Amino acid sequence: MPITVMSRSFGALERAQHIGLEVAAPVADAVDRDARFPIEALSALRAERMLGIFIPTEFGGGGCSIADLSAICATLGQYCSATAMIYAMHQIQVACIVRHAHESDFFAGYLAELADTQSLIASATSEIGVGGDVRSSVCTIEHDDGSFSLTKQAPVISYGEYADAILATARRMPDAPPSDQVLALLKREEFTLTRTSGWDTLGFRGTCSPGFTLTATASDDHILPAPYANISSETMLPVSHIVWSSLWLGIATAAVGRARAYIRAEARKSPGKTPVASVRLAEVVSRLQGMRALVNDSVRDYESIMHDSDALSAMNFAIRMNNLKLICSTTVVDIVSQAMLICGMSGYRADSKFSLGRLLRDAYGAALMINNDRIYGANAAMLLVSKDD
Amino acid sequence: MVEKIRDTLRQYARLNRDVSGISEDADLYACGLTSHATVNLMLGLEDAFQVEFPERMLRRRTFETIGNIRESIAELTAGLPAAAS
Repeated sequence: MPITVMSRSFGALERAQHIGLEVAAPVADAVDRDARFPIEALSALRAERMLGIFIPTEFGGGGCSIADLSAICATLGQYCSATAMIYAMHQIQVACIVRHAHESDFFAGYLAELADTQSLIASATSEIGVGGDVRSSVCTIEHDDGSFSLTKQAPVISYGEYADAILATARRMPDAPPSDQVLALLKREEFTLTRTSGWDTLGFRGTCSPGFTLTATASDDHILPAPYANISSETMLPVSHIVWSSLWLGIATAAVGRARAYIRAEARKSPGKTPVASVRLAEVVSRLQGMRALVNDSVRDYESIMHDSDALSAMNFAIRMNNLKLICSTTVVDIVSQAMLICGMSGYRADSKFSLGRLLRDAYGAALMINNDRIYGANAAMLLVSKDD
Repeated sequence: MVEKIRDTLRQYARLNRDVSGISEDADLYACGLTSHATVNLMLGLEDAFQVEFPERMLRRRTFETIGNIRESIAELTAGLPAAAS
């Protein structure tokens, strides 16, 4: 069922719906089973020019909004969580470049190239040795006559082996403190990845996210001009939490869809007798509506101040975006679990059309990507001084 | 007032250099101020100057430089000469 979430470019949403249903869904179980990259769906998204959809039209992109991205991620998330996550993570990187670097000659050219080639960008923000704090780096940019080199021990780089470019965080220079970070674009021919671990996980198996040693050399203009602190608070964090929550909404929607189909099939078997679990369905549908409302509200919240850097740096905005992530990442597990109770053994079976195993395994990943305890800790600290709810 | 701000920075901001050598318009985030340390710095300043930062001041810019902190505190202590010493 298509999710209509305030989208303004229905063409894009229809293409996402088509790719999700016709291309991603048929191989979603195989992608999950084999922990392989969803090449079919990503090729289709590239062919349909969906990878450059957030690039402004002046650079040849689709010029879509955050609301559109949210709706597309929610749609893809219904069919293949890995496809939706890869798509979402790519768009987060694009959003960072669009907002924080389009005035640089190099990045203006790169955005046009990106729109033309529909390249896929991965992210290397986490690092071994910083205890999960992405606002802290060990590795550093080392300048040498107009170019720089970088070596980073990344515990995960999602779809790193399939990406055309990587955006990586690093300290600004060798004597900079861990929190004084920049974001650098590394193109395929400028980096090498040496695999340091595997990716055999409970869920999101198709994101192919092993650890790597990343080494790169690129020219100085590949470093985004804005400090990463600003990029993080104005774009990376809010956009991440919005597109992730949107795709989790897609997972929850798919689970409720299966529960609804199951109850309907039961009702048809014995007309006049309401299936036992139908009350539970009513309950889970209400949870889904709440989740969808929160995603939409957060999109509106962000879009209403997205051109005001000062407002985006406010504590109360950070707390609200963190809460979006905290609530949606746990609600998706609750909703899929409820759907499992409704479908019973049919949901538990791996070979039934009501099967919910993959969705439940994927849902459990939501609380771990930027661990919820870390986010609660950040909110707890901010609430020592912030008073505005 | 600036000396009191510097004392508070020394106590709570965990910067990577001597606070005495940081000019009033230097970027404190580039000196290693983290968002977590910013919270402690705010609490320290609230205690030192007997003020409470209103929500509109809880933004990155307010704590970006010693000069910005001074302006915010001056605004909050206007009419309270004792606290601004």
